[in-house]
Formats: sequence, C-alpha cells, structure tokens
Amino acid sequence: MSEISSNGGAAWTSDQPMVSIKDVHKSFGDLKVLNGISMDVMKGECICIIGPSGSGKSTLIRCVNALNDVQQGSILVEGLEVNDPGLDKLELRKKVGMVFQQYNLFPHKTAIQNIMMAPIQVLKQDEKEVEERARMLVKKVRLEGKEDSYPGELSGGQQQRVAIARSLAMTPDVMLFDEVTAALDPETVKEVLVTIQDLAEEGMTCILVTHEMGFAREVANHIYFTDRGIIVEHGTPATFFDDAKDPRTKEFLSQIL
Amino acid sequence: MELIAGFFRELYDNTGWNFVFLYEQYEYDRVLEGMWVSIKLIVASLIFSLVVGFIGAWAQGANSRIVRYGIAGYIQLFRNTPPFVQILFFYFVLGNLIPTYDAGGYQEGYIDSFGWAVISLGFFAGAFNTEIFRSGIEAVPESTREAAEALGYTRLQSYMHVIFPLAFRVCLPALNNNLVNLLKTTTLAYGIAVPEMMYTANQIWSDNVNVSEMMIFLFFFYVGLVAVLVYGMHKWEKSMKIPGYG
Amino acid sequence: MDTGKGMRNNSMSSADGSIATDMPVLLPVVEQSRQAALIERREGTYRLNMQPRHALWVVVIFIVAGATAQAATPEGLISPMAAIFKWAPFILWGPEGQLTGFALNLIISFFAMLIGTVAGVALGLMQISLLLPVRRGSWLVTQFFRNSPWLVLLFTIMLLFPFEIDLGFVVIPIPDWMKAVIGFSLPVMANISEVVRGAVISLPSGQWESAESLAFTRRQTLWMIILPQCVKRMIPPWINWYCILAMATPISSIMGVEESVTFTAQALNAEGDRPELIPVFYAFLLIIYFVYTYPIARWSIQLEKKFAVKT
Repeated sequence: MSEISSNGGAAWTSDQPMVSIKDVHKSFGDLKVLNGISMDVMKGECICIIGPSGSGKSTLIRCVNALNDVQQGSILVEGLEVNDPGLDKLELRKKVGMVFQQYNLFPHKTAIQNIMMAPIQVLKQDEKEVEERARMLVKKVRLEGKEDSYPGELSGGQQQRVAIARSLAMTPDVMLFDEVTAALDPETVKEVLVTIQDLAEEGMTCILVTHEMGFAREVANHIYFTDRGIIVEHGTPATFFDDAKDPRTKEFLSQIL
Repeated sequence: MELIAGFFRELYDNTGWNFVFLYEQYEYDRVLEGMWVSIKLIVASLIFSLVVGFIGAWAQGANSRIVRYGIAGYIQLFRNTPPFVQILFFYFVLGNLIPTYDAGGYQEGYIDSFGWAVISLGFFAGAFNTEIFRSGIEAVPESTREAAEALGYTRLQSYMHVIFPLAFRVCLPALNNNLVNLLKTTTLAYGIAVPEMMYTANQIWSDNVNVSEMMIFLFFFYVGLVAVLVYGMHKWEKSMKIPGYG
Repeated sequence: MDTGKGMRNNSMSSADGSIATDMPVLLPVVEQSRQAALIERREGTYRLNMQPRHALWVVVIFIVAGATAQAATPEGLISPMAAIFKWAPFILWGPEGQLTGFALNLIISFFAMLIGTVAGVALGLMQISLLLPVRRGSWLVTQFFRNSPWLVLLFTIMLLFPFEIDLGFVVIPIPDWMKAVIGFSLPVMANISEVVRGAVISLPSGQWESAESLAFTRRQTLWMIILPQCVKRMIPPWINWYCILAMATPISSIMGVEESVTFTAQALNAEGDRPELIPVFYAFLLIIYFVYTYPIARWSIQLEKKFAVKT
C-alpha cells in the first residue's frame, strides 16, 4: 500500500516505517517534556512505551495524533508530516485511531451509535454499510447484545472495548492506546487486553502506552522505556526484561515487577 | 358555551363582578386575539434567545480574541441594562434605521413593534443563555472533546454532534429558570404597543371599567402559562435523560 | 504553577517584611514569589474579568451614537452632545426642588429592596416552618408572586391600591412612587423568600442534628446557628436581585411615575423629537444604568469568591 504524502514528497511504501518519529522536542511553556525522541514503527508491529509518570509517554503519542503540537523535530505517519502547519488533520485521523484512558464514549448515544457516528458524519459513508461494519466490530470486541446500551449502563471494560470498536470503525492503519486500562479494575483489564492482543495478532500496527508489563512481554514486538523526555533504552521483550542495561531501566523494572 | 355566558352575565347582575369577555362575543374575540399574540411573542422570543445562546456559547470558544471579547461585552451590556430600556432602544433607535415602505399614506418599517420586541427580548435572554450554555459546555470533560477530535471531527462538527448535546443536558435546570423569566419579561412589550394580552386587557378595562376582574384574569393567564412552560421543560428534561449519566 | 508557597517552612520573615531564607538555592524561587505577589497586589484578583474592554464597549456605543448623530445635525440646532449635557441633570434627578428622574429609580429600588428583604426573610422562614398550613400558605404566596410578570403586579398595585389611607385622625397620601415601591417589593419578597429557603436547606443536616443534641430549641438553632451561616450564602444572590430590581424600575414609567425613562421621553419631546437625538438619549439611559449596576455586579462576584475560599 502506498500513499502520497501531503507535502508532495515521495510516496510512502510499506518497507518504510509506518510511523517515524525523529528528534522530537516538546515543551509546555517552560516545562520541557520531550527532549529529543526518535523511534520507528514498522507496519504490523506492536510497540509498548513504558516509563514513570511525567516521562512524556502520553504526550508523545498525543503528538503523533496532532493533539499536541511539537516545537522541534518531525513525525511522519505513512509519509504524512504531522508537524506541518498545513497538515490536513482529517487525513491524519483517517490513518490514526486513538483510544484514551477515560470518558471516551459519548454518553448521549448508544454503543452502536457511538461506533457509527464518525464514519457517517465525518467520512460521509453510506449508513447501511457503516451499520454492517459496526455490528461486525461489536462482535469482534465480544459485546454482542450490548449494541443498544448507553455507556452509562456498561462497565468500564465494556466501554473501553466500545471505544476500540469506535476507532476501528474509521479503518485506521495505526492504533494508539493511551493507558487504556489504567482506570479499570483488575478483572476488567483482562478483557480489554485480550481485545488489543487480537488486534495486534491480526496485523494492526499498535502503539501502546501502558503499565501492563505482562501484556508488553507477551504481545509487544518492541519496548521503549522513557524517562524525563528521552528514550533511555529499548529492545525486544526478551532483551528488555531479562537483560536491561541502563541503571535507570533496571531501577524502574525492579519497582514495577 | 351559552351556560357559561349566562352564568357570568348573572354574576355581573348580582354581584358586579364583570367578566365581560366571558359573555360578550366582541370582548371574547379581543381576549383570544391578545392571548394568541402573547403566545406567539413568547414562543418566538424563546426560540430566538435559544439560537442566540447557542451561537454565543460557540463563539465564546473561538480562537479570535476580538470575537471572544465582543461576546463578553455583549453579555455584560445586556445583563447590566434595564430590559425595558433595551426594548425602547431597539424600537425607537434601531427602528429608525431600517428602510420603510409606503403602507397607505404613512411610512411603515419592515419590522413592526412585535418584531422588535422579539429581537430585543431574544438578545436579552440570549445573553443569559450564552452564559448558561457556556457553563454546560465547560462541564463536558476534556477527554470527550479529545475523543471527538481524534475521530476526525472538526470544531464545528464536534460542537454540534457531541459537545452541545451533552452540555445542554447539564444546563437544563438553569435554562428552565431563564426561560420562565423571559416569559414574564415579554409583558414589557406593552410599552411599545404590541397588542399582547396585557395591552388587550388594558383596552378592555378602559372600555368596561372592570380593572380588578381583568387583573384576576391576567394573573391566571400568566401564572397558567408559566405552569405550562415549567411542565413542558420538566417533560423535556425527563426525555433527555441518559440512562446511567448524571 | 509554583508560587514558592511550599517553601515557607524553610524561610523566615525578616523585620523589614522581605522573606529571608537560609537556603541559598531557594533564592531565585523566593524572588519569583515576591514578584508574583507584587503583581497580584497591583492587578487585584481581576484575572477573569475584562473590565477595561467592557467599559470600552459602553464608550464605543456612546461614541458611535454620538458621532452619527453629530454628523447629521443641521445648522442652527443644538448638537446631540450639547443636548445631552443640557438635559442630563434633568434626567438624572429631575427639576429643582424634587428628587425624581434616575434618583427616583434608585429611591424606589432602595425602598422596594428594604421591604422585599424584610418580608422575604419572613416568608422564607415561614416556608420552613413546622406547621403545615404555614408552610403551604407561604409556599403558595411565594410561587404566585415569583411567577407573575412584574408589570402585571405593578399595574395591579397602582390601579387598585388606594391613593390615600384614611386613618381617621390623619389622612396619609400615597404618591405614585410609593405604590410603585409596593408593587416592586412583592416579586422581590417572593424571590428573597426562595433565596432564604435555598440557603437554609443547603446547610448540611448535621448542623441541625448537632444543635438538637445540644438541647437547643428550634428557634435558638435557627437564629444562633443556621441563619448566621446562611447570611454569607445569601449575600451574592441578594445583591443579584437588587441589580435585577434596579433594572426593573424603568417599568414604572409606563404607569406615569416621574423617573428616568419618563424624563428622557419628555426631554426628547422638548427638543422637537429630532431623530438624531433619539439614539444618543437612549444610549445615555443605557449607560447610566450600566455604570450603576456593573460595579455592583462585579462586587458581588468578588464577594462570592471571597466566601467560597473561606468555606
């Protein structure tokens, strides 16, 4: 699959990284949050970003989706430059789906309406098609029977699964997950993680910010550890968990595990 | 009908309580006219004020500083000046500025006193509605807003489909209060000779010298209308209730 | 934002009021917090308000109205600005020897607020009475006067209230403005009653229970414990109702009371109803009310903030 990038550059091909982050710096006023982050995510990879709070992980993936701007550096999503002031945000959001930590769903619409809204109103797709796709997605996230429930009637885990289905309805190429299980109680965390695992195994490119080490070890292709706005260490799960090199990484892992 | 008429005629003969509009066809028609104009006035100003509030609340979140300060200035101006003087200003000052047409010998403006009353009252209540809607909008969690943005909604689209529906539910009680106030304030249209109920009642008691009776009727009329509005808002609030939310 | 407040444990105030500290690394932070305090004192707590801009709007309206009118003035006639200067005293306090015009609006608002508050507090307390008929009756009265249009109430009082009261040994004349005062005090009474009731029921029931367990009578509880706490909560809405009342007083011009709107119309008449003067005079009316009410409204917001912090 190849795409023409928005600034008329070379077309993107699938042997290039799907998401390419180069030397990104970001500050909130005087507070420097990202201090030169670089990483490449290939198509089909599942990446986990872990680290202490305040290390910039959430900010990073929000920057990938243009929810925050960056002061310096470049972020390329399928050849589309996110840091470009002339960026067509709609084009970006067609490629990138995002699931948040809390209060994702629109409380005044049922689950199925939540899933169907954006493709109909934003992408202007045909309602019948969208409904069929939405029902398949509901099945995929194992929430059959709950299509007509309102978010207020669903548990936290069920809501997050609807949120995942909703982002999938836009047929993105990359999915971003920002600590999606952090606000859930332990029993419901599992059902969400299983859903994400299914997605990753089907070949969806995923970038997760998470504290779930077990999930990272089992599902991720690559793990990045951030601290104070830089990537301290990264590697495959095997090298990362068993053979961490940097003392900060080791300290963090010893606290978590 | 004849029974009612007969009863009230007797009442007048025996006690002097003159509810003339209930047994005289002419006065009855006048009262119906007045009631109809009142209801039209109330409904029109209500709707207009809601539209003004909707637009104003959206504009208050605009990126342009001029727009934001403009709206803030509009709100402060309309909240801190007398509504009656506002109506007079709209009718006499702005009324002079609009073009006129020949209505058979004299010049008639394109907007009549009814129209100016609706516009003035709409902006007056709209100022309060803007603040009410604004506080509702601010009650919508930031993450819901971001979720809409992440799905590709533009600012306007997310406002219309996601944020405003939620904000509206939060501010229904305050809106209720404001709309009841608006209903009461519509009587000020009397001052620019809009032929609504108050004005008609005045005409009737000038002809029939039955001030107290007309007053009693007026009270019933307006308090009754308020009751209808409150009931309607209550029903609306119930129908907007989202299971499991708030 | 770090204002250095957390550092107070490590600092000592020196005699001249500046903050001394024994930790050299904190000096920049201390300096920063001192600057911040100076700025706050200079600017006040007007973070949210755009005071200068609002005044700007008012001035803009006046200038636009005045300028367009000025431009349209034919030769030999008095210009709008001069007309305003000429008539302003008349509109503001009426002819010599009486206190009418805008001053009368304010007088009506003061008295109506006074009567309305006293009656409203009484009515509000009746709404929380233990006796059912008192509760029901006062609730009815409150709802009735709350939901009636002010103009209708005014009409009722002005047309049906006697124009003088004959007490046998003395006859008290009741001028129009006094009837207006009574007419306005009725809805104010009803709304204050709701404010009082709302304030009382907003106090946690624990207050009543602990007073009861200390063997206070209901009346003692009310006057010594509940109401003093309610006063704070009632002040901002009370001020708000005063502003609403002050801005409702022009309605009395419909009934012929000699106040600001009546005199503005008379002044325009005296100047021959020239169309250039109309915007300026009405803008002037709007402005005097704005200038009177806006500071009061801002003050009530300040009070609200002050009270909110303490609780």
